[in-house]
Amino acid sequence: MILVSLACVFPLLWMMSSSLKTQSTVFSDMSLLVLKPCWQNYITAWVKGNFGIYFLNSVFYTIAIVGGIVLISSLAAYAFARLKFPFKNFLFILLLAPMMVPIPGGFVALYVLLNKMGLINTRIGYILPQINAGLAMSIFLLKSFFEKIPRDLEDSARIDGCSRLGIYWHICLPLARPALAIVIVYNVLYVWNEYLLAMLILSDKSLMPLTRGLMIFHGEHVTQYPVLMAGMCIATIPIVLLYLIMQKRIVEGIMAGAVKG
Amino acid sequence: MNSKKIRTFRSYLFILPALLLFIIFSIYPFIKIFQLSVYSWDGIMPTMNFVGFFNFKDIIFHNPIWWRSIGQAGYITLIALTFQNVLALILALICDRGIKFGQGYRVIFFIPPVLSGIVVGLIWNWIYNGNYGLLNHWLVQLSKWTHISCFANLQRAWLAEPKTALTAVAVINMWKGFGWGFLILLAGLQSIPRQLYEAAKVDGANAWQSFRRITVPLMIPTFGIVSILTILGAMQIYDIIASTTNGGPAYHTEVPITRILSAMQGNLQFGYACAMGLVFGVVLLSVSLIQIRLSRKLNPVAV
Repeated sequence: MILVSLACVFPLLWMMSSSLKTQSTVFSDMSLLVLKPCWQNYITAWVKGNFGIYFLNSVFYTIAIVGGIVLISSLAAYAFARLKFPFKNFLFILLLAPMMVPIPGGFVALYVLLNKMGLINTRIGYILPQINAGLAMSIFLLKSFFEKIPRDLEDSARIDGCSRLGIYWHICLPLARPALAIVIVYNVLYVWNEYLLAMLILSDKSLMPLTRGLMIFHGEHVTQYPVLMAGMCIATIPIVLLYLIMQKRIVEGIMAGAVKG
Repeated sequence: MNSKKIRTFRSYLFILPALLLFIIFSIYPFIKIFQLSVYSWDGIMPTMNFVGFFNFKDIIFHNPIWWRSIGQAGYITLIALTFQNVLALILALICDRGIKFGQGYRVIFFIPPVLSGIVVGLIWNWIYNGNYGLLNHWLVQLSKWTHISCFANLQRAWLAEPKTALTAVAVINMWKGFGWGFLILLAGLQSIPRQLYEAAKVDGANAWQSFRRITVPLMIPTFGIVSILTILGAMQIYDIIASTTNGGPAYHTEVPITRILSAMQGNLQFGYACAMGLVFGVVLLSVSLIQIRLSRKLNPVAV
């Protein structure tokens, strides 16, 4: 157990310690502890390596995409859980279909579509398809959560004159916080780490997220390992921190999902 | 009746944004793949040549590299299915016993799956490096320590040599993926009622017997979920490949996704790339159908 845990953590610790070594010591000094940390690497990465821009882009994309997913999927999930309208079940199954059917070549057609719409190399062209990609799972999760909320609460709100939109916004959404947290964390992890679409769609450095930026930097400065490692730390530390803060929720989510599914 | 119509209309407004995005970015591309797959098109010209099933014929009968890429993804998947999931199961079994720091291990094992495939690939790129990689460094230390020279002789550029590249990538994939299997398996184990084990103990069953007769049969649905997720994930591996070997050396780590991308971006054969995607989709679908059949057959409860 301890050995496997070490194997899990060691590459990360090594990445962090290497990011604090200098170009000359990084290949000779294989130890984990760095006596004279070279913070300069981070400044170089942030300014010269463009990682500042990549980082802000990643933050922007993550907030925009996950925000969009939460808003759109919760609206739809509420409708599927509580409202009555024709073709409800058909539409629900249709929206969930991507969870069952793998379409490995989908990105080719997506590229063609975005090209036609003039959205290649734009922020919106990177954001919209990813909002769509996150919808199925989020709608599924939120719908089953909304269904568990007691109807009495909504009935009393309706008697008090609350509209359906008001019930959704003031009652169901706040009550669904645990489910929303799972939806948010999963999609943040996914969006932050996304690479394939970023590679296909974005070609301007000023638009790229961190994953893409790392590959660009790796291609241009193959041997500048300490700076590369600093860039990787910039890409990794926020997500690991988020995971450590939210890990209870994440683990519970997977465990609950696995037993049900 | 008019007010009812308005109500229905307003209900639709709730799902309208989701539906719009879905139609534009899921349904349209889905149809487009089928359409493009029967054309020869470079992705730029306004004219497309209709070629019928030529793309499919060429992929299926005249594209050995394509089938090789599927085989190599299959190899990565096989390693993930066997070594990775067996390791995950053993660890989950130990954790299920309620050892010290069980919670802590759970947290640590799930760190690699949280990371981006790009970051993971780049770290391992360096570990495997032939000149100043950590793995070679350790091999030298090990042989100095044990005075056995063959460890030092194992030194190589792991990702650049045809013999080791694919396995090296498979190991990275394993490192990144076993946390998932571990968590799901642990969840499955914890859902088994403890009384069953106690009853077996009273009846004189040893540890192996109760594992064989209680744990395994009750875990079959969970094994099914884990293997489907492993297969779908590993077959479509891309980020790790892109950040380590990018298909090289000499096609030794090509996988379907890299082939589709290179048909699209490298050769500008958009129709061909779509056809590849469809062929690959059919492969994936049939593998998961077989898998579902298998686990149904093995599952005594769900028959």
